[in-house]
Amino acid sequence: MSLLEVQDLSISFGARRVVDRVSFSIAPGEKLALVGESGSGKTVTALSTLRLFDAARLEGSIRFQGREVLAMTPAELQALRGNDIAVIFQEPMTALNPVMTIGAQIMEALMLHKGLGRGEARAQAILALKRVEVAEPARRVDSYPHQLSGGQRQRAMIAMALACDPKLLIADEPTTALDESIRFQILELLDQIRVERGLAVLMITHDLNLVRRFAGRVAVMEHGVLVEQGPMAQVLEAPRHPYTRKLMDSRCVREVGPAGEGCVLAGRAVGVTYPVHRPGIVGWFRRGAFTAVHGADFTLAAGETLGVIGESGSGKTSLALALLDLAPASGTVEVEGRSWAGLTGEQKRGLRRHIQVVFQDPFSSLSPRLTIEQIVGEGLTIHEPGLDRAGRRVRILEALADVGLAEDGSAEGLLGRYPHEFSGGQRQRVAIARALIVKPRIVVLDEPTSSLDVTIQKQVLQLLAELQRRHRLSYVLVTHDIDVVRAMAHRVMVMKDGRVVREGPVDQVLSDRLWQELGQA
Amino acid sequence: MTSSLQNPWHRAWRRFQGNRLGYRSLQLFLALSILSLFAELLSNDKPLLARYRGHWYVPLVQTLPETTFGGDFPTPTEYLDPFIRDQFAKPGNFILFPPNRYHHSTINYFSTVPDPAPPSRQNWLGTDDRGRDLLARLLYGFRLSVLFALAVTVVSTAAGIIYGAVQGYFAGWTDISMERVVEIWGAMPMLYLLIIFSALFAPSVWLLVTLISIFGWMGVAAYVRAEFLKNRTLDYVRAAKALGQRDRVIIFRHVLPNCLTPVITLIPFEMAAAVGALTSLDFLGLGVPEGTPSLGELLAQGKNNLDAWWISLATFVVLVVMLVLLILVGDALRDALDPRKAVTEDPS
Repeated sequence: MSLLEVQDLSISFGARRVVDRVSFSIAPGEKLALVGESGSGKTVTALSTLRLFDAARLEGSIRFQGREVLAMTPAELQALRGNDIAVIFQEPMTALNPVMTIGAQIMEALMLHKGLGRGEARAQAILALKRVEVAEPARRVDSYPHQLSGGQRQRAMIAMALACDPKLLIADEPTTALDESIRFQILELLDQIRVERGLAVLMITHDLNLVRRFAGRVAVMEHGVLVEQGPMAQVLEAPRHPYTRKLMDSRCVREVGPAGEGCVLAGRAVGVTYPVHRPGIVGWFRRGAFTAVHGADFTLAAGETLGVIGESGSGKTSLALALLDLAPASGTVEVEGRSWAGLTGEQKRGLRRHIQVVFQDPFSSLSPRLTIEQIVGEGLTIHEPGLDRAGRRVRILEALADVGLAEDGSAEGLLGRYPHEFSGGQRQRVAIARALIVKPRIVVLDEPTSSLDVTIQKQVLQLLAELQRRHRLSYVLVTHDIDVVRAMAHRVMVMKDGRVVREGPVDQVLSDRLWQELGQA
Repeated sequence: MTSSLQNPWHRAWRRFQGNRLGYRSLQLFLALSILSLFAELLSNDKPLLARYRGHWYVPLVQTLPETTFGGDFPTPTEYLDPFIRDQFAKPGNFILFPPNRYHHSTINYFSTVPDPAPPSRQNWLGTDDRGRDLLARLLYGFRLSVLFALAVTVVSTAAGIIYGAVQGYFAGWTDISMERVVEIWGAMPMLYLLIIFSALFAPSVWLLVTLISIFGWMGVAAYVRAEFLKNRTLDYVRAAKALGQRDRVIIFRHVLPNCLTPVITLIPFEMAAAVGALTSLDFLGLGVPEGTPSLGELLAQGKNNLDAWWISLATFVVLVVMLVLLILVGDALRDALDPRKAVTEDPS
C-alpha cells in the first residue's frame, strides 16, 4: 500500500488554476523527484499535501496512510504536520528562526508532538544533530542559525524535520542555496537516513544532475500538469514527452569561437576591501576591514571569455564590481589601456562606454517603472547625446533585434512595455540589449544564467556566444556553475576566500579535479 | 492589452477605482473642494448681477457707492440694507444674489434675534456670536482648511522626499549626520515653538504653513530614506551607474519612482493631520489672524456658547466629513498600492 496517494489534485488561487489534475503516489521508503521549472506548480503540489496554503482551493484527493487529508480537522492536520510529514525548505537561513538556538527549535517540535520534557527533548535534539553529522552536536545545539555555515544550517534543518520520526519527508530544493561541493554531501546524508529509517522522500527540484544522483522515480511537471512519470532511468534516458526531452536537452553546449589577440582589460594586484563594524566601543571610532579580494592579476584579450569561478563568498562578485569601478578597489584596472584611478567624473563616464555589465537577476536589474524603450535607450542618452529621438529609436530596435527580441521582424511593439510583462529569459535579453547598445568592448557577466530556468539558460548562453562572435566582445564571466564555464570560457580563474588559487585554459583547470579538492577544504 | 494599462501607476489607479468606497470618497472630496473654491459665487453679500435704471452692474467685481442706487452716502453699497433692496424691488430693476447672501465677514445687522442666532430662513445654519452667517463661515473655513492642508502636504512631502532621497541614496556618513539632524529636530517641542513664534510674528496663514511644514517632513523622509536604502543596492541602480548615469538622474528617474508608494499612501493622512493641526491651533487661538474664517475658531465659539448648539454641531459635522473622506481615500490608496495585491493580479 502506498504511503501517500494523490489523485486528480487541482489547486486554484482565486480564479487562477495553478495545478491541474495531478496524480502520483509514494510508497514507504521510496524516493520520488518532482521536477519542473519555476512556476510549474511543483512546490505548491508538494506543500499542499500538508494544506500549507490557506488561500488555495484544493480539489481531488490526498490520502496519507489511507486517511483523507482534505477532510482533516485543524487538530488532525497539526498532528500530521511535522509528526508524520516533515518539510525542509530551500533556504535554511530564512526557514530557521534567527532568534532561537537551533536546539530550541528542534526541541519545540519534540515537545509538541512527542510530549517530551525539556531535559529529554534536549538530549533527543543533540542526538538528532549527531545523526545528521553535525560536528560537536553538544555545543552546536546552543548555536544560533547565523553562527552555522550554510551546509550545517541545512543539516540542522534536516535534524529538525527528522526529530519526530516522520514517515514522509518533503524536500523543497534542499540544496539549491548550498555550494556545489556541499550539495552532494547533503544528498548522501538524506539517502542514508532514508535507508536507515525507511523514510519516504519527496524531492522538489529543477536540477537534473540532482535527480540523476538521487531519485528512484521521477515525475515531471509543466504549467501545473504532470506530463510524465516513471522510473528514473526510463524518464531520463528515454523521455517520451516533448517537454521532458527539452529539459534533458538543456545542458549547455560549447559554441564559442577562438579568442583573439590584444589586451582590452588588465588588472594588476586588484584588491577590494570593505569596512566592517567592529564590536564594542572600539567600533564607534574605528572600522575593521574585510578583504573580499586579495590582489588579483589578470588580462583579457579581444573576443576572449575569462571565467571567474568560485563558491559564494569567494570574492568573485566583488572583483567584478571592481572592474566596473563600482566597488572601492586598490591596485589598477585598465580598460582599453586606461586606468580608472585618477580619472575625473567626465572621463570615467567616457570609459564606462567600453565596459558594461549584465547582472544575475533580471527581476532586480531592470527599473520596474521604466518602459523597455527608456531602459534600453538610457545608455544612448548618456553616451550619444547628439542622437535625436528617431535615431535613438532605430538604435533601440536594432539592439532588441540583436538579442533576439524582435517578434515578426520588429521589436516595435515592445518599446512601450514594462519589465514585469516579460519572462525571466526575455528580461535577461533586455538587460543584455541595454549593455550592448553603447557598443562596449567588454561585458562583465555576473552569474548571467543562474536565476533562469534550465531551458532558458541554454538559449541565453547561445545568444551570448553568438553576440561574442558577431561583435568581437570580451566577456568576464562570473559564476559558480562549472557547466556554464565549460560552455563559455576560454580561460578560467578559480577563486577561494578572496584569492585566485588557480588560473589557466579552461580544459586544463577543470580537468585536474581541483573542484573536488576545494570541496574537501 | 494596451501598454498604458501596463504602466504600474495605471494599474494601481485601476485598483483604486475598484475600491468603491475610497473612489467615491475621493470624488466627493474633490467635488466639495472645487465647489468651495467658488465660495465667492455661492455665498456672498454682493450680488452676482444687478440692473438699475437700465444699467447693468456686476457688483461681485465692482465696488459701487451707494449713490449709484439712489442712496445718500458715497460709501460702498450695503446690498442687504432694506433701503437698497427696496430700490431694486421697483419695476425694471433686477438683482441676482448668490444662493447664500452672506460673505464670511458679513455681519447680519438686520437680524431680529440676538447673536448667536439659531438657524432661520435668513441664516440657514444660524449665526456665530458676532452675527456672521455660519454657513458662509463653514464654507470659507472648509476652503481654507483644504488649501492649507494641500500647501502643507506639498511643501513637507517635497522636502521629505529630497531629504530622504539624499540620505538613502548616498548612505554612509551623509546618512548618519543627516539622521542626527532629524533626531534633534524631531525632539523639538513643536507646540511650544508654535506658541513662541505666534508671539513673535504677526499671525498669518503663510507663517502657519511654513511652521507646520518644517515639522511635517520627517515622516515622509523616513519612508523615502528606507526605500532608497533598499533600492540603491539593487542591480538596476548598479547597471545605471555602470552606464555612467549621473547621480541626480539615477535618484529621480530610477530610484524615486520605485520609492513613491509609501509617499503617495501617506498623502491623504498627511492632509488629515494638517487639517487637524490647523483646527487645534485655531481652537487655541494660536492660528490664523482674527477674522479669518476657520473651523477651529468656530469650535472655540461653540465651546464658549454651549447653548448655541448649531455652531458646534455644524462645525463638528464638517470636520468629521472632511477627515473621514480623507481617511477613506488614504485607506483605499494603501490597498491599491499594496505590492502583494499587485502581484496577485499580475497576468503572469
